[in-house]
Amino acid sequence: MSSPEQWTHPEPDAAPAATAAKPTAEQVIAGLRATDEGGADLVQLLTPEGERVTHPDFDIDITPEELRGLYRDMVLIRRVDREANALQRKGQLGIWVPLLGQEAAQIGAGRAMRETDMAFPSYREHGIAWTRGINPTELLGIFRGTDQGTWDPVEKRFHPYTIVIGNQVLNAAGYAMGQKFDGKVGDDEGEATMCFFGDGATSQGDVHEGFVWAAVYDAPLVFFCQNNQWAISEPTERQSRLPLYQRARGYGFPGIRVDGNDVLATLAVTKWALDECRHGNGPILIEAFTYRMDAHTTSDDPTRYRLSDELEMWKLKDPIERVKVYLVRQQWADSEFFESVEADADKLGEELREFCTNMPDPPAERIFSNVYAEGNPVLEAQRDEFLDYVSGFAGGEH
Amino acid sequence: MAAPTMDRSTAAAPATPVQTLTISKALNMGLRAAMEANPKVIMMGEDIGKLGGVFRITDGLQKDFGEQRVLDTPLAESGIIGTAVGLAIRGYRPVCEIQFDGFIFPGFDQIVSQVAKLHYRTQGKIKMPIVIRVPFGGGIGAVEHHSESPESYFAHTAGLKVVSCSNPADAYWMIQQAIDCDDPVLFFEPKRRYYEKGEVDTTAQPGPLFQSRVLRSGTDATLVAYGPMVRTALDAAGAAAEDGTSLEVIDLRTLSPLDLAPVFESVRRTGRLVVVSEAPSESSIASEIAAKVQQECFYSLQAPVLRVTGFDTPYPPSKLEEEFLPDLDRVLHAVDRSLAW
Repeated sequence: MSSPEQWTHPEPDAAPAATAAKPTAEQVIAGLRATDEGGADLVQLLTPEGERVTHPDFDIDITPEELRGLYRDMVLIRRVDREANALQRKGQLGIWVPLLGQEAAQIGAGRAMRETDMAFPSYREHGIAWTRGINPTELLGIFRGTDQGTWDPVEKRFHPYTIVIGNQVLNAAGYAMGQKFDGKVGDDEGEATMCFFGDGATSQGDVHEGFVWAAVYDAPLVFFCQNNQWAISEPTERQSRLPLYQRARGYGFPGIRVDGNDVLATLAVTKWALDECRHGNGPILIEAFTYRMDAHTTSDDPTRYRLSDELEMWKLKDPIERVKVYLVRQQWADSEFFESVEADADKLGEELREFCTNMPDPPAERIFSNVYAEGNPVLEAQRDEFLDYVSGFAGGEH
Repeated sequence: MAAPTMDRSTAAAPATPVQTLTISKALNMGLRAAMEANPKVIMMGEDIGKLGGVFRITDGLQKDFGEQRVLDTPLAESGIIGTAVGLAIRGYRPVCEIQFDGFIFPGFDQIVSQVAKLHYRTQGKIKMPIVIRVPFGGGIGAVEHHSESPESYFAHTAGLKVVSCSNPADAYWMIQQAIDCDDPVLFFEPKRRYYEKGEVDTTAQPGPLFQSRVLRSGTDATLVAYGPMVRTALDAAGAAAEDGTSLEVIDLRTLSPLDLAPVFESVRRTGRLVVVSEAPSESSIASEIAAKVQQECFYSLQAPVLRVTGFDTPYPPSKLEEEFLPDLDRVLHAVDRSLAW
């Protein structure tokens, strides 16, 4: 497969930017915008119509069972997403951050990781969480306001959700540097790290610094940018004149644009990138070209800033439908399989609703717990005074 | 320029100069008035153009003033502030929106290192007429980094001025006065009060920007608050009055420079002071007020200055924010303690 050298000396006529909204002829000529297909460099193995295609650098042998597994992952995480969205509408969650449309990007990337790899998510990575073995119920507290994520990041090798845009990219670079310093890089048993962020984040200084750090320390880090075309109301061209994957060249490592709605291509490219990293050829940037099918969050109203025909166009590129078509056409799955996945999704949705509506509010002590590793007597006195005050109410003495 | 909108005609030639507005609408109209008054006033921020900001404070401004005066910037707070510095040097008066309080920190370096210090470093040859608008504080049930009160960091930094509005009339006038100011102003907006209404007289002559104001007279104790806690303090004073306790309420308005003369005058009469703020108490605005009041009013004090604040912890998960944030009960509890001293 391709070597980093190949990518650090790019073709001068590499594909121009591709963005969500329809480009004008002038923009295309100026090289600022391209077609909505993602450009000539887009790695794709399964077309939106469910046709299996080949790619000279990236391919993957996939068994029927593996593909059924990926399909199931995507259907289930979409159900989690829709249920959580509905729970917000019913007042059970304060806010939800939908992943609708990004199932293939996340399941493909997540399933490429090994248990020994580490992942640093942003806040929309419910599909990555799923692949790290985190029960979706553990995500709910963040959005219900009962906690800030309850999983053990060390055990799961899945960092807490990071909300300040781009912060986690430097943290991931540091973690990957540690993997290298610890001698865990250099052969097929090596470790690697994945860092997830969006198109908007690529403007943040932390992300650029993360590129620099990872590059100069040869860190085993896969930068996985989900370009879902919109940073709340701002389209990707507000962040860059250049297709985002081409930024990698300037930092001296490979950048690849993959069809983020193609779970096979995303899996293949991410596996390759992780393997390069574990062998010591990191870092690598992957731009997963996808689309945010729903609002930025449940507080957002995308009809204020984008056109519905854009959404209609992306509906035709649905990440799940193309796999279903392919499974059926190959006779790799029958109606019994699809029904069983639906039944699993129904069950999961029910569990989620049940769990969410029964979540207890945290006790007041939680405000003060774990602010410090070694305690702080001033804070402990403040806590005790407050708890005394609260217990005064409980006793009706106030 | 596009045809005037309804908003605009309302702002330019109101049927009556006194209108009932929300804080958010008053800010929007204040920004519009500032842009009309001075072509060098520009807006910068994330999602402030077409969307009108996530709180719609800049709603309609890009449509009417164009993309070169209302900039949907790339997603980088350091970039917003840092380029505002350059634009200010070129004679612009940038008004930067930081989408949420907790996102100001990527821009902290530019604020503290350049915005705050360029005038000093150049001995006045460069002015920094930059306004940094920050929707701040909690109480909206949000996720992490969306409910913080970081004002003390900026009040602690020489070269910056820091203000906070608490009602629609102040929102309308203070934002315009901040934009007129030749010093950089951190403008903290009480986001959980954005939709509270009040009367705004768009023809009135506003008082000075950097001045505190007594909002309610009282004789038994003094409450000092700013931003979102002013409403809490007023409510507490109303409740106390029913029990026969007379509380004076002062809206600080300016956090740097502090205008404590009305506070000293009040405390010399009441002998008791409770300072209310959402921010953690350690090394805070509230601490500074307590220090200065004990220095200036030492012989008038009948009780120690008490602080009712957020706790010295990170902002908690939102299900706990009612416990974290000072409320009427906690304010009155402190008043009781002060009166019983």
